[in-house]
Amino acid sequence: MGSAKLAIAPAVPLSLPAGGAKAPPAWVGGALRWLLRLGSLLACVALWELAAAKRLDLGLVTFAHVPPPSEVGPAIWKLVNSPKFFNHVNSSLLRVFSGFLAAAVAGVALGLIIGRSRAAEDAVLPPLEALRPIPAVSWIPLAILMFPSSELSMIFITFIGALFPVLLNTIHGVHAVDGRLVAAARSLGAGRLATLREVILPGAAPSIVTGLTIGMGTSWFCLVTAEMIAGQFGIGYYTWESYTLQNYADIVVGMVFIGLFGMASSAALRRLGTLAMPWYRLREKQS
Amino acid sequence: MSANEAVQGHIDIRRLDIHFGRGAARFQAVSDVNITVPGGQFVCLLGPSGCGKSTVLGALAGHLAPSRGELLLDGAPISGPHPERGLVFQHHTLFPWKRVLDNVAFGLKMKGLARAERETKARELLHLMGLEGFERHYPAQLSGGMQQRVEIARSLINRPRVLLMDEPFGALDAQTRLLMQELLLDVWTRVRTTVLFVTHDIDEALFLADRILVMSARPGRIIEDLAVDFPRPRDALLTTTEDFNRLKRHCMDLLHHDRGERVLERLSPIGDGGAASVSFAV
Repeated sequence: MGSAKLAIAPAVPLSLPAGGAKAPPAWVGGALRWLLRLGSLLACVALWELAAAKRLDLGLVTFAHVPPPSEVGPAIWKLVNSPKFFNHVNSSLLRVFSGFLAAAVAGVALGLIIGRSRAAEDAVLPPLEALRPIPAVSWIPLAILMFPSSELSMIFITFIGALFPVLLNTIHGVHAVDGRLVAAARSLGAGRLATLREVILPGAAPSIVTGLTIGMGTSWFCLVTAEMIAGQFGIGYYTWESYTLQNYADIVVGMVFIGLFGMASSAALRRLGTLAMPWYRLREKQS
Repeated sequence: MSANEAVQGHIDIRRLDIHFGRGAARFQAVSDVNITVPGGQFVCLLGPSGCGKSTVLGALAGHLAPSRGELLLDGAPISGPHPERGLVFQHHTLFPWKRVLDNVAFGLKMKGLARAERETKARELLHLMGLEGFERHYPAQLSGGMQQRVEIARSLINRPRVLLMDEPFGALDAQTRLLMQELLLDVWTRVRTTVLFVTHDIDEALFLADRILVMSARPGRIIEDLAVDFPRPRDALLTTTEDFNRLKRHCMDLLHHDRGERVLERLSPIGDGGAASVSFAV
């Protein structure tokens, strides 16, 4: 194939397969791929339905107590129409966003300071590095003891979960800013603060957005776990409560909503990032 | 332009030494450089790659601290970067997140001018550089030549007494480079400022400069101070004249001394590239 490409063009017109009149238009190929993807999804749901209906027992894992999709669907509808749905969603969203917002502010601020100043790095980073390997979820018992309300302790867990991805990505982004841009800004009259605002922060922004997106994911993960242990409302609590009450279909309903909300908040964040940095896609395209 | 303005931009460099690196890696980039440039002159620093031309420029910009010697602008010692000394890099340093207009207006924003005022001035300068219609573009959407024009405009908006240019056209193709050289001379007749222009291209130096300072290989010293008194305005035909070629041969002979020596890597006007190497306090 490679040698054919190198050969000098022959006198006869080239007949490339893609250029032929018989080849189907491009959208047909695209539609076929989408059909295949959709088919794969539907096949999985069908297999799940079959396994659950037949109470399939594979020895190591059993589908005996797994609710089939035909029960989960109506259960979703029921929950969406019940008044407690709003309460559960509202509590979870409030917790995630308070914890995440605090982590975003603290992570970006600390990251900028640590990234810019060696003294700050030596003074502030070591204790944070010591805390980092401890999974946020393992903070739950201590957090319950430390905070006056379980609400605050859950927010704290989501905060811890999001803090490190945001912090580390911010530091990385600050270090990655081109030193020539900093020099240019200073030659144009920018002082320390202006350099931070006009050069360092926007230069690190793509990396910060990556950190925020990852942090949002871990926030949800931590929240759901915390709610299972300490919550009174919330989607995680709802999922666990369904297990204790043996409403097995509702377990899956809870799982579905956890996935949906996690995905939606990460996607919203990415979208905000693209809106705030229209220049970034241009630069990627160029290099 | 008043006579008073023309006097500004007088550069004095006395007994300048600059070293880089630490311990065993320490080396001398610049050795005993003495330069006096009267205000308003267009001076090219010509020398082989890695000879320390850019280092001298970096010291004048205030991004590199000398190990010895004095740097004066209009009699005042240089200590750190300042908008009165504009710096133009070989590869543009435009802020990728700012549109062309905001990049050019950056210096005025730092001076605290209101948006309307700084945008008016930035538009005037973009007009002068032939960049109307590109105000709303991002740097990544421009060609290399246009990016350099924006970079020059961004420095000029501060009305610098000195424009320090570090091989600003070195990364452009030959055709664009010629156009940029003519444009620069044209702009320089309108925005009169001292220009110190680093290049290793003999033709470029002869075409642009009032005066060429030829530097030796590292550690860089000034080995020749050459007056170039071709009449202005100059155009590309100048490069075909006999006088031009005579001077060109002379420069080639001077640089010839250094043939056969190892080719040195380029030195950056801001040291080893990081903000950490900036040695002056703000």
